[in-house]
Amino acid sequence: MSARRDAPNERDAAQQAAHVRYVLRLADTSLVLGQRLGEWVGHAPALEEDLGLANLALDLIGQARLLLTYAGELEGRGRDEDALAFLRDAPDFANLTLAEQPNGDFGHTIVRQWLLDAWQLEIYAGLLRSADTRLGAIAAKALKETRYHHRFSSGWLIRLGDGTAESHERVQAGLDSLWRFTAELFAADEVDERMQAAAITPALMELAPRWSARIDEDLAAATLKRPAAQPYPWHGRRGVHTEHLGHMLAEMQHLQRTYPGVRW
Amino acid sequence: MSEDWPLYEVFIRSRSGLEHKHVGSLHAADARMAIEHARDVYTRRQEGVSIWVLRSADITASDPEEADALFEPARDKVYRHPTFYAIPEEVKNL
Repeated sequence: MSARRDAPNERDAAQQAAHVRYVLRLADTSLVLGQRLGEWVGHAPALEEDLGLANLALDLIGQARLLLTYAGELEGRGRDEDALAFLRDAPDFANLTLAEQPNGDFGHTIVRQWLLDAWQLEIYAGLLRSADTRLGAIAAKALKETRYHHRFSSGWLIRLGDGTAESHERVQAGLDSLWRFTAELFAADEVDERMQAAAITPALMELAPRWSARIDEDLAAATLKRPAAQPYPWHGRRGVHTEHLGHMLAEMQHLQRTYPGVRW
Repeated sequence: MSEDWPLYEVFIRSRSGLEHKHVGSLHAADARMAIEHARDVYTRRQEGVSIWVLRSADITASDPEEADALFEPARDKVYRHPTFYAIPEEVKNL
């Protein structure tokens, strides 16, 4: 007797679910990171940086809008970008765990931003050739924004790392504390494998060394030390989050939850 | 932090073919940061396609006290304006 195989419609359903999930992971990573950067508005160390961080946040939220809208359409359950952003609970969010980590000091925020900018650079560049042309088009737009984001974050990383003793120490501390979340960036699971097999996404295995090389280049310029690789217990993409996401969502979703459908 | 940074003057070219125009100033640690700040502060609404930045300290300005000596003498020399030429009908865009 042959092993049981999925009936074609089951296979299609599993493929579609993986597709939705993949787009949601990209969307939520941008959304959550954008929301975190938004927390700096009015608090950044200089007016110019305040605007700079807000610009990054708006780019990221713009990416999230395009991706969430697309995820909602793929899902076919009538959820639009707002329903997905404001009416899901933390376990339904699929962002990378790194994106939800609190801002900490400015150096900490810069490290988080730079690690994710370098990740998005590889992902979006890889998606340009996606068999999913809609996703490819979104990636093309996002890639331009991300090039600037990386210019901004790597510039600051180098300034702070190669700056005063205090700035060096703070940014190294940020790196040491956030590094444990980076193993999730390129750890492929069954969603990634399905997407790679369908030529919708690039193989994460091939992107990881490019990311790593960029990271090492920037770290060398910043005179910072790359922390040792750490085990991989973080699964934000699967909906298993650190405690920080729930607190962030409480603030982000408060208005829509309290006054459903409110407009201004 | 920004008080420690020198002041830069920002010039933006709004479209190819036009000149860079002074739009304002900002603080930055160096020229690279000044370009990034100028991008973030002054081109948020698609105001430009090119940015120049210049340390404010590197600008030499005329002395307002000398305005009379510098600019008054031109006042009574209207013949310097090219308004005394008859323009032929055929010339449309002068």
